[in-house]
Amino acid sequence: MKFAMLIHEPASEFAKRQGPEAGAYWAGWMAYSEALRTSGAMVGGAGLEPPDAATTLRLADGKRQIHDGPFADSKEQLGGFYLLDVPSLDVALDWAARCPGAPTGSIEIRPLLPPPPQAT
Amino acid sequence: MPVDTVPDVVQQVARESHGRLLAYLSVQTRDVARAEDALSEAFLAALRTWSRDGIPESPAAWLLTTARRQLRDASRGETRQRSHLEALSHMLSTVPEREIDELPDERLRLMLACAHEALAPDVHAPLMLQAVLGLDAETIARAYLVSPATMSQRLVRAKLRLRTAGISFDFPEPQRLSQRLSSVLDAIYTAFSSGWDAGLETSHRLGGLADEAVWLARLVVRLLPDEPEPLGLLAMLLFAQARRPARRDARGRFVPLLDQDVRQWDAGLIEEADRLLAFAATLGRPARFQLEAAIQSCHSDRRRTGAVPWPHLVGLYDGLIALAPSLGALVGRAAAIGQWRGAELALEALDRLDPQVRDQYQPYWSTRAHFLAELGDHAAAVAAYRRAQALTEDPSVRDFLQERAAAIESPGGSAR
Repeated sequence: MKFAMLIHEPASEFAKRQGPEAGAYWAGWMAYSEALRTSGAMVGGAGLEPPDAATTLRLADGKRQIHDGPFADSKEQLGGFYLLDVPSLDVALDWAARCPGAPTGSIEIRPLLPPPPQAT
Repeated sequence: MPVDTVPDVVQQVARESHGRLLAYLSVQTRDVARAEDALSEAFLAALRTWSRDGIPESPAAWLLTTARRQLRDASRGETRQRSHLEALSHMLSTVPEREIDELPDERLRLMLACAHEALAPDVHAPLMLQAVLGLDAETIARAYLVSPATMSQRLVRAKLRLRTAGISFDFPEPQRLSQRLSSVLDAIYTAFSSGWDAGLETSHRLGGLADEAVWLARLVVRLLPDEPEPLGLLAMLLFAQARRPARRDARGRFVPLLDQDVRQWDAGLIEEADRLLAFAATLGRPARFQLEAAIQSCHSDRRRTGAVPWPHLVGLYDGLIALAPSLGALVGRAAAIGQWRGAELALEALDRLDPQVRDQYQPYWSTRAHFLAELGDHAAAVAAYRRAQALTEDPSVRDFLQERAAAIESPGGSAR
């Protein structure tokens, strides 16, 4: 079963990507990604630039409304995601519990939609 | 068979096989809501056709076949297609019609799914009661003291999540079983307590779910006979059930455990509970429910020996607190210490509890009041009884606490 694991991180975690804590921060994520990959559970994923790098567009009456920043201002922001293929939600939850983002942020797990029905 | 017995037969089949049939269909379809719809359609069809064509030889098998046809038709006409429905419809048409007893009993898998950690804990028990016992939302709502609409909404949401969140209906891997099982047991316990509390309001059970919870606990024991914790839970529930007749006096007033007339306890249930607990102990994996049951077993000893083995009880509380330090266990331990070694030590133990949590806890105040009264500190005891009263929802317990306080205030009263 395929799941997306969405990593929501607080600003303090994004801040660790540079500066004195960067080494430990990245080492944690590298090790975790490596473990996911070698277990065969990971089928994709990416880290994301911080929310201030986001550009959000809405189309209102055909007119582009663009604002700088993420779509919603909240304490935690999407910092990256993994795509998993695991036997069950339980296994996905186990991986989420090991995620370096879990102690400081939140890990959202959502099943991917099944492939669309074939037209008959 | 006369026509007018059809509803009775349907009801009887519903009671006996609803859970089995629904569990089977739910595990096959991985969709409890859909399985429920199909099964209730089948029951409606039974009411219609059995009175016309006669009651089939195997009513449950007839219901299963009809429900499966419903599912197949529904998945065919479904525009909101999901890939596995195709496979399902094929599979359902190839499974031979079988007697209900030959069907695999999937109720445990269903219960495990209902109590999955990805569902809100407060819906675990209601979901199980509905799925396994076929209770309607209104009955469940009454026991949980919420409106039927609220309960029904909770159940619908949970069933939707059962389908969409990726919760598995598979039997958990061995390393996961005990944790998954413990949330099933917790849910059964909350169902029992909900029935219990609601049952306090009236002399007879109105919307109480204690019996249903005992039934579920028995089912888990039957399906997993070598797991010790289900045995512990069932034993604990049976000890509580056994004392139920003694919890009220003739005038319907609350009687605390130590004042209960042991002749009113159900000896058969206590013996059964002790047997279950003894067998659980041979499995060599003590845990929370076994310890809770052992504590109840100590209290039940009073029936045979006339006394509670307090030192033993304190030891059991120590074990329980080491495993699961709940406020209830800490207060229970303090009370047991007081009975064993005197009121001062009980109060000392109570004083050590975190004021933040203990202050809102009724048993903390009533236990404190009891031992303060024993020491002759009447003013403080009355004040503590008043605090306890203010934290009680059950009117008969409130009356009892009120009487205790009044007995202390008016000299010559019968404070224990």
